[in-house]
Amino acid sequence: MEPETPRTQRVPASGGALLAPGHTYGSVTDKISAIVLTRGTRKGWWFGFLITFALVMMLNYALASVVIRGVGLFGINIPVGWGFAIVNFVWWIGIGHAGTLISAFLLLMRQKWRTSINRFAEAMTIFAVSCAGLFPLIHLGRPWLFYWLLPYPDTMGVWPQFRSPLVWDVFAVSTYATVSVLFWFVGLIPDLATLRDRARNRLAQIGYGIFAMGWRGSAVHWARYEMASLLLAGLATPLVVSVHTVVSFDFAIAIVPGWHSTIFPPYFVAGAIYSGFAMVMTLAIPLRKYYGLEDFVTMRHLDNMAKMLLATGLIVAYGYMMETFMAYYSGNAYDRTMIVNRMTGPYWPLYWFLILCNIVIPLTFLWSPRIRRSVRALFVISLVVQVGMWLERFIIVVTSLDRDFVPSSWRMYYPTGWDWMTFIGSIGLFLTLFYLFIRYLPMISIFEMRELVHKTAEEATGS
Amino acid sequence: MVMQHPLYGVLAEFENTEDLIAAVRRVREAGYEKIDAFTPFPVEGLADAVGFSASRVPVVTFIGGLIGCLGGFLLQYYPNVSGYPLDIGGRPENSWPAFIPITFELTILSAALATVFGMLALNGLPTPYHPVFNAPRFQLASRNRFFLCIKARDPKFNLQAVRKLLAGLRATDVTEIAF
Repeated sequence: MEPETPRTQRVPASGGALLAPGHTYGSVTDKISAIVLTRGTRKGWWFGFLITFALVMMLNYALASVVIRGVGLFGINIPVGWGFAIVNFVWWIGIGHAGTLISAFLLLMRQKWRTSINRFAEAMTIFAVSCAGLFPLIHLGRPWLFYWLLPYPDTMGVWPQFRSPLVWDVFAVSTYATVSVLFWFVGLIPDLATLRDRARNRLAQIGYGIFAMGWRGSAVHWARYEMASLLLAGLATPLVVSVHTVVSFDFAIAIVPGWHSTIFPPYFVAGAIYSGFAMVMTLAIPLRKYYGLEDFVTMRHLDNMAKMLLATGLIVAYGYMMETFMAYYSGNAYDRTMIVNRMTGPYWPLYWFLILCNIVIPLTFLWSPRIRRSVRALFVISLVVQVGMWLERFIIVVTSLDRDFVPSSWRMYYPTGWDWMTFIGSIGLFLTLFYLFIRYLPMISIFEMRELVHKTAEEATGS
Repeated sequence: MVMQHPLYGVLAEFENTEDLIAAVRRVREAGYEKIDAFTPFPVEGLADAVGFSASRVPVVTFIGGLIGCLGGFLLQYYPNVSGYPLDIGGRPENSWPAFIPITFELTILSAALATVFGMLALNGLPTPYHPVFNAPRFQLASRNRFFLCIKARDPKFNLQAVRKLLAGLRATDVTEIAF
């Protein structure tokens, strides 16, 4: 083996290294591409994939039944017309937001630690948005007429109601899905070229070659590429904020007590990032262990993500506090009743469990550096936060609707088996897509890791 | 020239970015214009060194954004004001604040599409065939090696002179590449 010039050095222990010492351009390339090219399909992968794929089959069965027999299979009723479908939609789309934030916002902020987590965080975004997109569609009741939401010159001359937040949502979510895919694909091009050049089997060479589009790493191409990435990051950052703002408008524009609030947009965006970072952590912790990527996704990354959880968790806590305070301060009887109903009404255990999961547990433990350095503790906390964020959406949707303005129309909402099957099935779909992604695409951006080796070596020599 | 070469250019291989940038500078000083460098990751200052001045990608993005913004607004203005106006309690037909979210989303969508496809088009991608891939060691350009190519269509190009120049520049390997 020929010697290679730059080599990452040991970094002073202060913050912990972003990359373990001793890595070269060649070693990072070989290690990440080997996961896709030479590692093969192992038993563990098949085991996980088959379980999640079985869940996808369950999802297909549930969706087909709902399409054939109608949304009456779900637990929705009047007044609770928005059940699991909307809860799941908001939960999934929120999870997606951390991926865009890591890839776009942290790029603009020149945060080097994003490098080894941005690729799979972006993949997570795309898969989460795919799951999210399913739910409003089936919730339509007649999903085959979804194109009525799009503006096209139809024979009746009728147009969508452009003043409705539900139509804004169609544009926001489809723009978000498109831009996320573009951003992800642009990031993949140089890595696909690496895989094309390193693949030893003809099919892989051709497959990766087609999508690499003849990328050859020309200096001029890189200059335009870097500019395009920067511009995309600049576009995606306001986009990600706008998407969850529009999602919150679905609620906030309505006059339902508990929804009609100006705090919703910032509080939804913070909640989205909160649950998204939790999901990145849930995925990163097993990935780094099973694929031996501790050199690349270091404790420093986990620590930084834990701090992000702490920061967004505090914003979410502030949101809960203000929501309660404003209900009291408004002097509005309906608003006050709604909050009292949330805390002490029929769904009270869920409300307090949500506070436990979202506020008490994470905001107590994440302050401790010892816990932020414990992989197991972080994994458990990340799962707890996701449960909490799902419950938050459940509480917002259901407890605002079940006690309608007129007590005679009050009705409880209970999910049915079909609700659970679509929800759990969507988790299966997400994980299936993720299994395919880690098998066939590099889960860490290879060229950015080489760049990181270069920069780390430069810093070490003090040039 | 006595003989017509089916020669694309001469490719020199380097071990690190410093050697490559130094070589690019020397080659430019020697008067060669049609050169290109290939690296496994973006190297700061390299595009400048090979003589690439300004990227037009931002202009494409701006035009895309402008089209999305105007198109997005008109998409809502037309049906509400002239296509199918509805008078609901005398509310204004052109209620522009309600049109902002969709206008914004379409601005971003159109600007992002323009950025990506503009970048690819300016880079001439997809390129199914390119002569540099004929160099046997070029596959390392996507791993850990840095390449400099002086193209045969450079007016100053002379094979012997180019080989001699590159040999003195810490290049670890020099090859000719055919079309």
